[in-house]
Amino acid sequence: MGHTFERSEEHPDIITVNMGPSHPATHGVLRLVLKLDGEQVVDCVPHLGYLHRGMEKIAENRTYLQFIPYTDRMDYLSPLAANIGFALAVEELLGVQVPPRCQVLRVICCELARIGSHLLWLGTHALDLGAGTVFFHTFKDREWHYDLVEDLTGARLTTSFARVGGMLHDADSAWLGRLREFVDAFPGRADEYEALLTGNTIWLKRTQGVGKISGADAISYGMTGPPLRAAGVEHDLRRARPYSGYENYDFEIPTGSEGDIYDRYLVRIEEMRQSCRILDQALRNLPDGPVNIDDPKIFLPPKKKVLTSMEELIHQFMIVTEGFECPAGEVYHSTEVPKGELGFYIISDGGRSPYRLRIRSPSFNNLATLPHLVEGGLIADVIANIASLDPVMGEVDR
Amino acid sequence: MSDGEQAVQRIQQLYPDAVVGTAAYRGQHWVEIVAGRLVEVCRWLRDDAAQRFDFLVDVTAVHWPDDEQPMELVYHFFSYPRNDRLRLKTRTGATGPVASLSGLWNSAAWNERETYDMFGVVFEGHPDLRRILMPDDYSDFPLRREFPLYRG
Repeated sequence: MGHTFERSEEHPDIITVNMGPSHPATHGVLRLVLKLDGEQVVDCVPHLGYLHRGMEKIAENRTYLQFIPYTDRMDYLSPLAANIGFALAVEELLGVQVPPRCQVLRVICCELARIGSHLLWLGTHALDLGAGTVFFHTFKDREWHYDLVEDLTGARLTTSFARVGGMLHDADSAWLGRLREFVDAFPGRADEYEALLTGNTIWLKRTQGVGKISGADAISYGMTGPPLRAAGVEHDLRRARPYSGYENYDFEIPTGSEGDIYDRYLVRIEEMRQSCRILDQALRNLPDGPVNIDDPKIFLPPKKKVLTSMEELIHQFMIVTEGFECPAGEVYHSTEVPKGELGFYIISDGGRSPYRLRIRSPSFNNLATLPHLVEGGLIADVIANIASLDPVMGEVDR
Repeated sequence: MSDGEQAVQRIQQLYPDAVVGTAAYRGQHWVEIVAGRLVEVCRWLRDDAAQRFDFLVDVTAVHWPDDEQPMELVYHFFSYPRNDRLRLKTRTGATGPVASLSGLWNSAAWNERETYDMFGVVFEGHPDLRRILMPDDYSDFPLRREFPLYRG
């Protein structure tokens, strides 16, 4: 591992080049060992695990609620989506359904997370390919998005906002007003990004016909999310397997036809617009009523009651110190997070922690296609391909 | 029909000697088959016109150290054309072996590597069965139940 260059004796023209794990274009700690014939990539071997924290092991030793902060640290570009995905899986295991206001609030959080994640992807993707201006535009808007996330949850990144059976707290009307301003203004911002890139000759040359994958290959490799849709497979869990009331929203699933980097770009840009459409509908149809379920054995009782009633005090004490028990059983529940299908497979033996928690990560499976995408192409396109898959190493390595 | 129900019934009809048991929870059906028939049943699940499970979503394992066959391998399938899900399980000894599905689905390659890395299950026929998350010179299998969370 100490070497950077290695020339093979049998093939003197093939050079082995090490890329990463600390490289600005690997978007995290990803290491690639590339074999090059001139500028052409002959072989690509990814090395992962630099961010492995053993989350699945940790989960076996935490209560269900204690695991929520860990979900922030998987895809740290859209923690809200992972928080909610995990809460939904545990609710499925318990057979619990959250109130209508919570469902809409969750849709708002998930779509906000999608926009935030795609903004980072677009800015860094363009920066990697030399279009620095786009980065400043998207990061300016991403700050706006982060201001909203911080106002809502108290944190930019470690949101831990979902709870089993509800949310940390409700959204107030002032915040909803600020979100409305964002939703109304954002489609115009997306037009500006497109003005910089969609017809840009350099952008087209770097992305069109590069990193192509067919729909059948994408399915076989387990690709999900925007790269799958860019390969022409019209599949979105929000439509195929609606959760949180997604069946009540009117939105389109953008798809591509070539399965190249340009199509992945177009799909994500359009997804941001569609997220705005969903946010708009959610804001108009946000029902009144409680956010959290009224079940003191699962969800923390209101603080006022804890301070005045013995029973509620005991419930709070039990949830905080020991957690709640889940009935013995097993479920797989997945959601469409910005990167693709994020699945949680939980096995409960009736205890207060999962017997086994498996995290099916979209970034991990999408990244597995990288050798297929880059082999035979140019070394400069390796960078474009990584960015177009949009992997987050926190979620790849877990 | 709820998820996987039809497929589980068909597997019971077509491969009665391969089925060890079936179960369901919250509308999700699964079937356990004997390890020796895994590739045969999976190929049928992928290719049969009434099944078409074209997407191997996930491969993982669960360790039950007190059982005679302590490793439970769990496969999740999804059918894009039919919007159906199926969970398939099989049991092996602590280190396997079990046949690799990498010849049927490319997504098996990395997920089986991770299962090997975490549980020590050997997948026969896998083209590149190396550790994937832990260092290459690591000797333990961290997701086995006996592996301690803390080592002082």
